[in-house]
Amino acid sequence: MSEIIVLAEQQAGKIVKATLHALTAARQLAQKTGATFDIVVAGQGIEGLGAQLNGYGAARVVILEHPALLNYTAQAYAQAFAAAASGAKFVIAATTAIAKDVLPRVAARLGAGMAADVLAITGEAGALIYKRPMWAGNVIAHVKINTPVHVLSVRPTEFALAEPTGTTSPVVVVKATVDEAKLRMTYVGLEAVESSRPALTDASVVVSGGRGLKEAANFKIVEKLADTLGAAVGASRAVVDAGWVPNDWQVGQTGKVVAPKLYIAVGISGAIQHLAGMKGSKTIVAINKDADAPIFQVADYGLVADLFSVMPELTEKLAARKG
Amino acid sequence: MKILVTAKRVTDPNSKIVLRPDRQGIVTDNVDFKMNPFCEIAVEEALRLRDKTEDSEIVVVTVGDEETTKEIRTALAMGADRGIRVAADEKSLDSDVVARILMKLCEQEKPDLVLLGKQAIDGDNNQVAQLLAEYLGWPQATFAYKFELTEGNKGARVQREVDGGVETVSLTFPAVVTTDLRLNEPRYASLPGIMKAKKKPLTEVTPAELGVDMTLKVTTVAFEPPPGRTAGVKVKTVEELIEKLATEAKCI
Ligand SMILES: Cc1cc2nc3c(=O)[nH]c(=O)nc-3n(C[C@H](O)[C@H](O)[C@H](O)COP(=O)(O)OP(=O)(O)OC[C@H]3O[C@@H](n4cnc5c(N)ncnc54)[C@H](O)[C@@H]3O)c2cc1C
Ligand SMILES: Nc1ncnc2c1ncn2[C@@H]1O[C@H](COP(=O)(O)O)[C@@H](O)[C@H]1O
Repeated sequence: MSEIIVLAEQQAGKIVKATLHALTAARQLAQKTGATFDIVVAGQGIEGLGAQLNGYGAARVVILEHPALLNYTAQAYAQAFAAAASGAKFVIAATTAIAKDVLPRVAARLGAGMAADVLAITGEAGALIYKRPMWAGNVIAHVKINTPVHVLSVRPTEFALAEPTGTTSPVVVVKATVDEAKLRMTYVGLEAVESSRPALTDASVVVSGGRGLKEAANFKIVEKLADTLGAAVGASRAVVDAGWVPNDWQVGQTGKVVAPKLYIAVGISGAIQHLAGMKGSKTIVAINKDADAPIFQVADYGLVADLFSVMPELTEKLAARKG
Repeated sequence: MKILVTAKRVTDPNSKIVLRPDRQGIVTDNVDFKMNPFCEIAVEEALRLRDKTEDSEIVVVTVGDEETTKEIRTALAMGADRGIRVAADEKSLDSDVVARILMKLCEQEKPDLVLLGKQAIDGDNNQVAQLLAEYLGWPQATFAYKFELTEGNKGARVQREVDGGVETVSLTFPAVVTTDLRLNEPRYASLPGIMKAKKKPLTEVTPAELGVDMTLKVTTVAFEPPPGRTAGVKVKTVEELIEKLATEAKCI
């Protein structure tokens, strides 16, 4: 097996895009350490999934199968992943809800230190430094892991999407190690947010709305602009808390981190917790009626206006441009 | 039912946090400290659970210096029954050490449920609860948005905020649960609550007394400021905005 293990994430038999960003981090580590990397994915009835991970330069693609892995649960996945990573020096996954949930448990099982939400890997093999955000990204810490095994979650927006290398990786399907007697939790179900829009974390354009929209029904103003641009829809925590939109849309310190080419913030004040999730965007547009709103401090283009009067015009004109 | 709940002292989420010019830490002038917002939600949930069950006890724990006693007192004023402070300097801790300290306390206290915040808003590590759960071999539900006891109070059904929606898991106690912002609206400590809190038991213990090895698995060796982003321009009209996005930013 390889010294570097990438834990891939699958949802309903599809590898999530964030994993392809983690592969870039793995390649960087491989380059620094001279080691190879394996990709490990877990589930039940996912033998066919190897093809999606082939061609990325992995020494092996390992598919862990077990009935207890049919649906994700922290206890079972931690066991399976830790057993599969036993003997590795680095265990990497993209920072997703599942990685946040399971990776520390994997670290505990491996006796490893973990750096969460790594932004960059610097230093030489043997003296690697991981840069990670603290205080909602207002400070970047350089951390060192003192254990022989390093566990890392990496922020997808800071590592490019891995391009296929053209190599083939042998795919091995193995029965995962899970001690079912130790499991005291079960998966009940997922209330999925169905959407035909691009995923928030993958989209090249994101339009987000905040409390300035005044009420839930008005959120469609944001959605309309998003659909005109083929964009994903995001939201501030305030409107998620108010129940206007699903939690899955939240951008920020405690929600999703996005870095699209274009981020349009509509009626969002720009609290530091919100900025933490979007200030890495290439171009930021803010529409807010308060000229002193903190969002303007990070916006490339600020429009001080009542959103209710400018949003229909903006949507219409952009639609007309598209023809 | 016995509930152990954690209350970490952190910088106020409304304070502006900047790195000191010497880059050794953050500027603390004009920065307030308070209980981590996610811990307040954990304390509140514990109080609600105590109301729904009989003979329940809430033990609030913090790991930190003398100052962190304030967060225990706040939790006691909100209604928790007793407090334990594990005396340690913030610099001597990492997520793993905190988890191992909490593990020892769990072995002593034998709670049915440990409620923690999903993340401390200073370190943003989001690790302690999961490490603790694994060390204890217990099930966990992180990012709780709805919490319901199951029959006989032997376990819980928890709705969790995940990528793609809300997931439900069911677990049997003892278990570890972390709170997300929508779980509840924490109460404020009342004046009588604050008076009562002064008489509630608060014990102190050291990591050495608990037999915890304080070797750090992760050390912070330096800090740097985040990449800066400067304010751009204000546009006057929608037309000007579209023009800039098309010709300057070239993103539409
Ligand atoms: C522990 C913690 C974690 C948090 N995590 C997050 C997070 O991850 N993400 C997040 O977003 N927040 C988070 N928050 C909340 C954050 O602090 C702010 O409260 C929240 O982002 C504010 O949302 P908002 O900008 O929509 O609302 P507000 O701050 O109320 O701003 C509304 C804005 O709309 C403008 N407005 C009003 N009417 C109009 C109009 N007609 N036209 C144009 N503009 C108008 C106003 O000028 C104002 O600037 C967190 C808070 C805490 C304590
Ligand atoms: N020093 C501490 N004292 C008490 N609780 C803590 C401490 N550090 C972390 N916690 C708890 O663990 C949760 C997750 O913290 P973290 O993993 O550091 O983001 C926090 O919300 C607290 O509930």
